[in-house]
Amino acid sequence: MLAYAFRRVLSAIPIALIAVTACFFILRLAPGGPFDGERALPPTVLANLRAHYNLDQPLINQYFIYIWRLLHGDLGPSMVIDGFNVSQLIAIGFPFTLTMALTAFVIATAIGMLAGMVAAVYQNKWPDYVLVLAVMIGVLIPNFLMAALLQLWFGVYLRWFPAGGWVNGSWWHLVLPVTVLAWPHAGRISRLMRGSMIEVLGTNYVRTARSKGLGERLVLARHAIKPALLPVVSYLGPGLSYLLTGSLAVEQIFGLPGIGKYFVTAALNRDYGVVLGTTILYMFIILALNLIVDLVYAWLDPKVRYR
Amino acid sequence: MKFTTALKAVATAGAMALMMSTAASAVTLQLHNGGDPGTLDPHKASGDWENRVIGDYIEGLLTENPSAEAIPGQAESWDISEDGTVYTFHLRDGIQWSDGTPVTAGDFVFAFQRLFNPATAADYAYLQFPIKNAEQINSGEITDLNELGVKAIDDKTLEITLNASTPFFLEALTHYTAYPVPRHLVEELGDDWTKVENIVGNGPYLVKEWLPGSYVRSEKNPDYYDAENVQIDEVYYHVLEDQAAALNRYRAGEFDILTDFPADQYQWLQDNMPGQAHVTPFLGIYYYVMNQEEGQVLSDIRIREALSTTVVRDVIGPDILGTGELPAYGWVPPGTANYVENAYHPEWADVPYEERVEKAIGLMTEAGYGPDNPLTLQLRYNTNDNHQRIAVAIAAMWEPLGVKVELFNAETAVHYDALRAGDFQVGRAGWLLDYNDPSNTLDLLKTGVSQDGTMNWGNNYGRYSNAEYDALMTQASTELDLEARGELLAQAEKIAMDEFAAIPIYWYVSKDVVSPKISGFEENPKNIFRTRWLSKSE
Repeated sequence: MLAYAFRRVLSAIPIALIAVTACFFILRLAPGGPFDGERALPPTVLANLRAHYNLDQPLINQYFIYIWRLLHGDLGPSMVIDGFNVSQLIAIGFPFTLTMALTAFVIATAIGMLAGMVAAVYQNKWPDYVLVLAVMIGVLIPNFLMAALLQLWFGVYLRWFPAGGWVNGSWWHLVLPVTVLAWPHAGRISRLMRGSMIEVLGTNYVRTARSKGLGERLVLARHAIKPALLPVVSYLGPGLSYLLTGSLAVEQIFGLPGIGKYFVTAALNRDYGVVLGTTILYMFIILALNLIVDLVYAWLDPKVRYR
Repeated sequence: MKFTTALKAVATAGAMALMMSTAASAVTLQLHNGGDPGTLDPHKASGDWENRVIGDYIEGLLTENPSAEAIPGQAESWDISEDGTVYTFHLRDGIQWSDGTPVTAGDFVFAFQRLFNPATAADYAYLQFPIKNAEQINSGEITDLNELGVKAIDDKTLEITLNASTPFFLEALTHYTAYPVPRHLVEELGDDWTKVENIVGNGPYLVKEWLPGSYVRSEKNPDYYDAENVQIDEVYYHVLEDQAAALNRYRAGEFDILTDFPADQYQWLQDNMPGQAHVTPFLGIYYYVMNQEEGQVLSDIRIREALSTTVVRDVIGPDILGTGELPAYGWVPPGTANYVENAYHPEWADVPYEERVEKAIGLMTEAGYGPDNPLTLQLRYNTNDNHQRIAVAIAAMWEPLGVKVELFNAETAVHYDALRAGDFQVGRAGWLLDYNDPSNTLDLLKTGVSQDGTMNWGNNYGRYSNAEYDALMTQASTELDLEARGELLAQAEKIAMDEFAAIPIYWYVSKDVVSPKISGFEENPKNIFRTRWLSKSE
């Protein structure tokens, strides 16, 4: 298992390098640059700015400068947000995004699995329908709309929660954003859970367990849950990375200091350093999560053997 | 046991009450600022979001009063030489940076040198190009920064020499590019001086915290010379680009002032929160540029006339946008200072629409286009709902002329890149005045300058060029008499507009929502309201 993990980590290095390289050059293919705003800058000023950020050098030189700095842990400056460099932006925004995403992840996974099991056990009865409806709402309403609706209802009309903003350490400010993030995630998990649970409940070994007189609760706990978790687990990795990278709308609408916003606005602003920095961060998250999921998979499923 | 518990509860309640009472005495302004400020460095700033924060923590020689007119700031008085080219400023007594270092004329000299130093790469350095040798230093032509026309006579006296008399120079000094920077700190820390842990200021507020993506927080500066009249103790400049979300947070009582709101909510605001929405003419123009480069279809003035005269401007502000922007027929926004009384207004604007269309069809026929040979035009705009609605409407207005419009939208950077490269036929553009003077918009139509064999058209995307226009602009730039200068500029405006150099569409408005708790807010054409003039009641 350790050797496997080690091999996987090693194989991530070329993947990372390819991804950074591709991102670096594709970004430069896009028309426009970080200093193309509504106003034309005088050529002298533009030349000064370009020189300041090494943009006047041949692209290939810029690439090697970037890689060299990257190897020294330097993600470079932001060309649009002048007060911070990319590492600082990530250091401020990422812990916040991570807190929000992990909270949503834990809540959504717990609720989603429970809801999925209940729906499977009461298949085609009213609890099933109620849960399916709740899930559909979460999955079908896009999160920017959900965020605006929750903000309006619970922030403006009822005033139960703040309509936005962030005060350090206040979980109160996180309730609405986490709900928006967690809802569709819980929905997807409960659907996966329901489907696989129904399938497991129909298998021969569950029938055997029942026929030997085991109570329904024990059948579920001892025989059904673990195999039913497999598809859910394989979704958890992408699911968490989705929560981490999909926080844009939530951050925008609630005015939160996460990094999801940088990822998108930096791409639009052609803030090369920030786009690359966030991409590299996301890449590592996704690589790491995939690895963890594979390892958990090996533990859950005796059919999967890693040497 | 119970007694101690009760005692604790009482003590806690007492402490809480005490905390609440101190909290209540501190007045906090919750200001919706828009996007993240790009920087806190006045020399690198480039927009309103930075201006609101920076203009509260640094003050220039001149500053703005509640209606955004120039008033004495760090300078308490000044003398202007007879030919209008030498300004001598006398600084206030007792002014200091928040670390206790006095603000001196040397700080201003250092700041201007830093602004123009090519190494600073300041976006907006050109706004202060009226200063002698500024442009040459910025372009690297002159490398000795001491050649700049800004000199300290002594610690309290600053002398600024201009290339030529510039009537809007005092006004330009209220702009953040003219702010002083703390020389001692910048020399020690370089660009890091604006990091929140290092930053010092000389304005009414001091930056205490910056959480990117969420807010900047400033507190009142007790050492500011006018501190006794500053009412608000603390300001949050909130980051929130989603206008609908901002309005929700305003309604939830979390914001006191919104600096923008969705245009389609204007009616709702008027009905439900009467008196709180402020729509004010703003010095700016929304327009379409037409590519007039040789060989382009729109180099034909007849087609330009047909297109411009058939845009029904009256419906765009009230009906398409919903905020009642006024139709634009000229190039200089109403309310611009140093200008003639009666604005340019073409005769065709008063001709009934049907007649205009008829004439336009005639012009198109003359130019060789008609039902059998329709003109296909590409109309580019940067991706945005309002730009799209206007483009669709204007495309429909041009349909009777036999013009087929292909709409093309791209994100801002790509759009402006294409405009600059001349890779367009008709394109959407906008201009907000940097300082209150007609030359600021009229400069947009000056012929480009040739540099190393290629033409640099700057912000004149349509490549409009008229020698007479250029000559009038040059003449106006050295005219000392403001009235005569205004006349010259008005003549230039008439030439360009009579030749349909571009299609002006509407004059911008600023859109603010101000809570009834706030007083001291005054509508003004620059939409600048400094926190020091505001107060808040609970």
